[in-house]
Amino acid sequence: MSHLISNDKEFLSTLKKSKYISKEAEEKAEKALANTSLPNTRNEAWKYTRVAKLNKIKFANNEFKIASIDKYIIDHNAYNIVFVNGNYSADFSSKETIDSVTISLIDESSQVSSNLPVEDEIFNSINTLFLNGGVEITINNKAVVNKTIQIIHILKGQDQISNFRTIINAGDNSDAKIIQSFFAEEDCANSFINNISEITVNKNAHLVIDKIQYENEQTYHISTEEVTQDKDSTFTINTITLNGMLVRNNLNIAVVGENCTTNLNGAYLLKNKQHVDNHTVVDHKVANCNSNELYKGVIDNNSTAVFNGKVFVRKDAQKINAFQSNGNVLLTDDASINSKPELEIYADDVKCSHGSTTGQLDDEAIFYLRARGISEKNAKKLLISAFVEDVFEKIASESVNQFIEEKLIERFHWNN
Amino acid sequence: MITITDLHASINGKEILKGLNLQVKAGEVHAIMGPNGAGKSTLASVLAGREDYEVTQGSVDFDGVDLLDMDTEDRAREGLFLAFQYPIEIPGVSNINFLRTAINEIREHKGEDAISAKDFMAKVREKSALVELDSKLASRSVNEGFSGGEKKRNEIFQMAMLEPKLSILDETDSGLDIDALRIVANGVNKLKSKENASIVITHYQRLLDYIVPDVVHVLYDGKIVKSGPKELALELEEKGYDWIKEELAK
Repeated sequence: MSHLISNDKEFLSTLKKSKYISKEAEEKAEKALANTSLPNTRNEAWKYTRVAKLNKIKFANNEFKIASIDKYIIDHNAYNIVFVNGNYSADFSSKETIDSVTISLIDESSQVSSNLPVEDEIFNSINTLFLNGGVEITINNKAVVNKTIQIIHILKGQDQISNFRTIINAGDNSDAKIIQSFFAEEDCANSFINNISEITVNKNAHLVIDKIQYENEQTYHISTEEVTQDKDSTFTINTITLNGMLVRNNLNIAVVGENCTTNLNGAYLLKNKQHVDNHTVVDHKVANCNSNELYKGVIDNNSTAVFNGKVFVRKDAQKINAFQSNGNVLLTDDASINSKPELEIYADDVKCSHGSTTGQLDDEAIFYLRARGISEKNAKKLLISAFVEDVFEKIASESVNQFIEEKLIERFHWNN
Repeated sequence: MITITDLHASINGKEILKGLNLQVKAGEVHAIMGPNGAGKSTLASVLAGREDYEVTQGSVDFDGVDLLDMDTEDRAREGLFLAFQYPIEIPGVSNINFLRTAINEIREHKGEDAISAKDFMAKVREKSALVELDSKLASRSVNEGFSGGEKKRNEIFQMAMLEPKLSILDETDSGLDIDALRIVANGVNKLKSKENASIVITHYQRLLDYIVPDVVHVLYDGKIVKSGPKELALELEEKGYDWIKEELAK
């Protein structure tokens, strides 16, 4: 292995190669990894997000036990699949089966071979080569899954890396809801989850994913979702980032069938020195589809956020409606946002719009609320919650909304 | 109720109020009239605690407490209410949610329990009827998409909900058609009691046909230069402000 671990990848030097992947995938990933380095800010896609400091940590992957998952359960009626540092936790996972759904853990028998691009994608190749675990969920054709599937990932310990993979296959005409939630135990520091989801939404399938990121201020989280949508399908992903020192989300959606709807909603609330970067790509390869993207951020203290949303409309992909909007509120002079919505359109009969706004809370509105007896602190909270509310409104799950509210109270001291 | 003594205030180094004196007792309605730039809105802003203004001299006693020493929200909790000349639109914050927060903060300040949802809704129904405000508007975002008249009625609705001791109506009548004016004035009149008082700031005498003041003051160049009974308003309407300027020049 030593040949691929040059100085710039010392952080991987003590990791063991995964036995869960196919020989072919291993070879591809190994080659790709040897040819790539951690991106620096000269790399356009990583211009505002510095990951070089990962190389200062000697990562390990330990199988830790945890005492309880009570505080990590968002939906108490859901089917739970629990992982600690990417390793399956049988103690806390549901045992029964769900009708019309096949859930299989990624292990030695899986020999994962996927189409995940690894060339120049260092985190994809690391995830493949050192894969610690994950789950493959197959929803049968025509299955209407009434039970929400909740995948809970918990980081625990110091200097830990979790290379975690979720593979979701939503069958034709199926309907399902999945919660992906990410936490860190209190003792967790300098740890890193490298998370990948490969999602296939087949013909006329409806899939909703609520993704909640709530690690701690000493953790790294890099996620990549590779989504493919076939015709007549609807895919919705709500990405809510409420904690984590450095969070990067790469959401790549390829719409390859006609008459699809794609909904991407995101909210990020940052404080202290957090850094949250959302990179999204919706690639409309064919005609007659809709995509709606709404991301909103509240950025406090010295924190920084990045939004880069790209929409491609390929040649002959006519009658596309693509809407994209990113709004940000900066609560201090030291908070910052780099927002870049991009449209690349090669068809001529489309309706696309994008917009980005950044501002401060309206002083006049704060004064107005205070003049009615509301404290300055509560006035600001009313305005902030009004600002992000239209993202939370898109989340259909009552329990997810309630969980978010609890976390806003816990971490940002919102009341009522 | 309120005693303003020798009040001086400036904005960006420019003195606007130059030694203003005014006393309003419980149960009274005082009108303040004056030409543009005299300092009418500055007075309202200074009393409400707008931080852009600097008070350089003078004092304001509000029912035994030093008003100028308090933050804006504490002034409101002590019973001061400003009906804004230009009510602010606040998208996403519902009128109802905002008013319940305000009422509960005021009650907490007074050491009272929070209002029950049932009592609160009953109060919303009662008070919105008072200003003929559609109850749908009451649950919409604060002032968002409201017409000019609806915004002003919403101010009086909030005033009715918060039950202040002293209300300052800053040009509440400007821009209103006669029907809206009647509704607003009617609301103010119904809220009048022996325990509370109002200061009505206006440019036009017309409002005073509907809200009959006990005293009319003329504010000119940062001071109250003339006070008199309600007939003074008619005289001002008829003759304009020039005669006052001339009188002062003598």
